[in-house]
Amino acid sequence: MSVAEQTFPSSWRRPPFIKNPLLRWSIIIGAAIYLALAFGTMDVNWQRAAEGLPRGQRFIAAFFPPNFSDNLGVMWDGIFESIWMAIISTIAGIALSIPIGLGAARNLAPKWVYLLNRSIIGGSRTFPEVILAIFAVKLFGFGPFAGFIALSIGTIGFYAKLLAEDIENMSASQAEAIKATGAGWFQWINYAIQPQVMPRMIGLSVYRLDINFRESAVVGIVGGGGIGATLNTAFERYEFDTAAAILLIIIGIVMVLEYTSGFLRKYVQ
Amino acid sequence: MPRIDSTNGPVWKRRTTKQQWAIWAGWLVALAITAFAWQRISEKTIWFFVQDAPRQAADIGSRMIPPKFSYMSKLWAPIWDTLNIATLGTVIALVIAVPVAFAAARNTTPHPIVRTIAIFIIVASRSVNSLIWALMLVFIFGPGVLAGTIAIGLRSIGFCAKLLYEGIEEIDHTQVEAIEATGASGPQKMVFGIVPQVLPTFAGIGVFRWDINIRESTILGLVGAGGIGLELNGSINTLAWTQVSMILLVILLTVVVSEWVSAKVRGAII
Repeated sequence: MSVAEQTFPSSWRRPPFIKNPLLRWSIIIGAAIYLALAFGTMDVNWQRAAEGLPRGQRFIAAFFPPNFSDNLGVMWDGIFESIWMAIISTIAGIALSIPIGLGAARNLAPKWVYLLNRSIIGGSRTFPEVILAIFAVKLFGFGPFAGFIALSIGTIGFYAKLLAEDIENMSASQAEAIKATGAGWFQWINYAIQPQVMPRMIGLSVYRLDINFRESAVVGIVGGGGIGATLNTAFERYEFDTAAAILLIIIGIVMVLEYTSGFLRKYVQ
Repeated sequence: MPRIDSTNGPVWKRRTTKQQWAIWAGWLVALAITAFAWQRISEKTIWFFVQDAPRQAADIGSRMIPPKFSYMSKLWAPIWDTLNIATLGTVIALVIAVPVAFAAARNTTPHPIVRTIAIFIIVASRSVNSLIWALMLVFIFGPGVLAGTIAIGLRSIGFCAKLLYEGIEEIDHTQVEAIEATGASGPQKMVFGIVPQVLPTFAGIGVFRWDINIRESTILGLVGAGGIGLELNGSINTLAWTQVSMILLVILLTVVVSEWVSAKVRGAII
């Protein structure tokens, strides 16, 4: 058979993302069945939703212009409380995270210490800050102290986990070199491990400050102090212009923190 | 490592004196801020309640044990709602995040002004917590799963679009050039050059965010946006502590299962 007689395909089709056709079709059909079920069982009061649309328009209109006048002085009070809460809980959380993170690194700690610290991290990661805050409010009473406790516990789950992973991924040869000089355990941590994990950890601590500030806006809804309580009240009193002002301030502060953390990370590395 | 000359010959130090002073000054500032923040918090705290906390903890703890397992029969529907809020919210977010990400990526954006708008959408969506989105949407759409789903969707746009546009910026340009060399038009370059490269990233982001959304949708009920949080809120308000512990157990299980599913799926994709 000569080349001229051979038949070549004249068109080309893109290979599918999932190669196995059985798996591909079962995922597609499964997704279709799920969506049908989900939409079928979703209990939505469309009439109520339609009634709300003018209210939504009013809310959007309140952004032009937002009301920054803050007649009662509660707005800036709440925002500063959120900031103090975010700072103190980040610091307390990190201070607690360092021993836990060291203990949760497999290459530093013996097995039982490792398991103990990993379970502390797992426990504090499971529940969202808001649920922690509900219980903190029950135990410590209303106010920023409850929010501080909730956010600190939340910080441990985040920071200690990342610290432990960073220590596990560090270069072992540097640690060995310091050990070979006859360094004690604390010297070993200070000169071999700390310099290796520090740049990333500084960036992460600013990132966590950012998260804690955002979360501190939420723990107030359940009574944990900060701007959340003010925001909730503004909504309940239909003062959409004040709510809009608060939201814009939150967005502004988060943007500043995000920029700072990016700048700091570049500077440290 | 700086060398300092002293009368007994050179001495090696880790830092120069100037650096050492700068570090001490940094610590001092940090300490001052901490002390000030702590003072502001503590003056708003009623210390009697804090001292009372261990007793309260023991009291609530004893009321929460054992969890009321028979309550489970009433929890299936809220769990299904929670799952739907998270899944449909993620789907909404992904659908909106794709055009936003293409507008925000430096190599695909049609115009710098469009890019600025897209970045603003990403930041605004990310800065507002899903619970606050839910709070707003409950006032607009009324209590229920609709408000929760849209809240999760709006909150996730920023996250998905940010990761996706970073993925788009990191693609291999030679492949796009190769497609361009065949005479492909702009949209064709997008579909055949860029999309196949970011599709695995996209799927990974979707599953990752879905896992986070399961966690977040468990609490949306606290402001009335449906799901298992409604039951949690009701049980806490009626001081039904055995129901509370049952719900927390269910949330724990849901989170663990969703984390496992997401890890499995992401492992299969990457």
